[in-house]
Amino acid sequence: MAIRQLTVFVENKQGALVSITDTLSKNNINLRALSIAETQDFGILRLIVNDETAAEKILADEGYLIRITDVVGVKIGDAPGKLSEALKVLDENNINMEYLYAFMARTEKHAYVVIRVEDNNAAEKVLEDAGFHLITQADICKL
Amino acid sequence: MAQNYYQKEIETMPIEEMKKLQSEKLVKQVKHVYENVPYYKGLMDEKGVKPEDIRGIEDLHKLPFLTKADLRDAYPYGLLAKPLDDCVRIQSTSGTTGRRVVAFYTQNDIDLWEDCCARAITATGATKKDVCQVAYGYGLFTGGPGLNGGSHKVGCLTLPMSSGNTERQIQFMMDLNASLICCTPSYAAYIGETLKEQGYKPEDIPLKAGIFGAEPWTEEMRKGIEEVLGIKAYDIYGLTETTGPGVAFECSEQTGMHVNEDHFYAEIIDPDTGEVLPEGSKGELVFTSLDKEAFPLLRYRTRDICVLSRKKCSCGRTLIKMAKPMGRTDDMLIIRGVNVFPSQIETVLLNEGYQPNYQIVVDRVKNTDTFEVNVEMTPEQFTDKVGEILAMEKSLANAMKAMLGINPAVHLVAPKSIARSEGKAVRVIDKRKLI
Repeated sequence: MAIRQLTVFVENKQGALVSITDTLSKNNINLRALSIAETQDFGILRLIVNDETAAEKILADEGYLIRITDVVGVKIGDAPGKLSEALKVLDENNINMEYLYAFMARTEKHAYVVIRVEDNNAAEKVLEDAGFHLITQADICKL
Repeated sequence: MAQNYYQKEIETMPIEEMKKLQSEKLVKQVKHVYENVPYYKGLMDEKGVKPEDIRGIEDLHKLPFLTKADLRDAYPYGLLAKPLDDCVRIQSTSGTTGRRVVAFYTQNDIDLWEDCCARAITATGATKKDVCQVAYGYGLFTGGPGLNGGSHKVGCLTLPMSSGNTERQIQFMMDLNASLICCTPSYAAYIGETLKEQGYKPEDIPLKAGIFGAEPWTEEMRKGIEEVLGIKAYDIYGLTETTGPGVAFECSEQTGMHVNEDHFYAEIIDPDTGEVLPEGSKGELVFTSLDKEAFPLLRYRTRDICVLSRKKCSCGRTLIKMAKPMGRTDDMLIIRGVNVFPSQIETVLLNEGYQPNYQIVVDRVKNTDTFEVNVEMTPEQFTDKVGEILAMEKSLANAMKAMLGINPAVHLVAPKSIARSEGKAVRVIDKRKLI
């Protein structure tokens, strides 16, 4: 059910990020969402792309340190308070989040939230039970 | 000035007399070692050398060398030449398994070591009227105990401060009018900078001289320390294997260190062939302890690259002089006064489940050594969580601290990101300009 996030290690060097996005664009990989967590020494780039298998291979061949991580994708309404509703469900069920990031749908009146938790199945179950619509990797490709 | 001797007779002894004294001591020492150290007897037997073949200092070259590897093989008691009940102390270097040196001392060994330090202290012009602040670390490290003992012998009022706690160092220095300070040069520079920040001018500082060693330092650094503290800065040399600080010391001429050669005989050898090189040649420094009882190393290879000189010294001492070491024949680094071998880093990485792909970067910022270790992560170790990577770095730094005794900044980096020259990774980048 989960969506597959591509995680890339980015060294804190001039041009490190642009060389990754360049490599992806040259290979026609389309970015759906991204987030960067940075420290003084390095960054961790998290990407949702249209073709994560191809992207993984391309970046691995270029020598990047990458990892595919399963994350939960939730569709939420584009209105104030909608994100809180989803987060409350996780909170009430004692599901800890590591991080999250969000992106807007281009056409529909929706936003998508990517959530990293320890137990994807548990998170997906409580969100679905609460009436949320989960998105899958197939949905991502169609976006 | 020229009268600053602690043991004038020895320090100004005519060279021929010194040779005679060294010869007598060596003959006795070789017999002592041969009879009491089976390990070294084995090395001599292997080389076909008997104690009776050593009739004087001119026969020294016939004896086998000792290296750090021998110390490792013989750890802990294999090179001990006295029963343990005759020993009163150990001192040790930092580092764990395989790299730690444990040296034993009888009371007599301690006395002669402290005499050597007393000579160094007296050479700065200090007398019993002086107040000597010892800001070297006390404990297993030889710096504190050695200079502390030397200061007692001279009769100085001794402030056994140990290293660190700079505020307290400054308070004692100012309140008790310390006139001599002994510590690492980087710590002296640090204390100097702190005093300056607090608004003290050199003329406000009671210090007259300082004895600094245990790590490499440059003439520029000496100048900086002398200016900021308003003192004359003297170099001192020693190693735990031989005894500790005081193996050689600087006089007012500041053109090299006089070797206390009545106790420690110095040779320069070709590090590749082992052949003894004539005076003035650059090569590896080798020490033979002529009268130590408990831990008498014969022909110990220091791995320091050095030059010896018998040139007449204006201070009146006839003791041979050694230049400041100009490098190493092995890959040992001295970082913040601590000996660090890249192989120790490698051991930690393997123990902790990393590949031995790393790079050590050493620099000196504001007179303090910086110590960074970059380590390549494997794809399996990489995670999308920042906290986990930071925790991995911290845990590696802790493991290295446990091994080395000093704390590195560990950075995890991408695989194959460490520069390789001709296919071989560059393990050490030392940006300090020490030579």
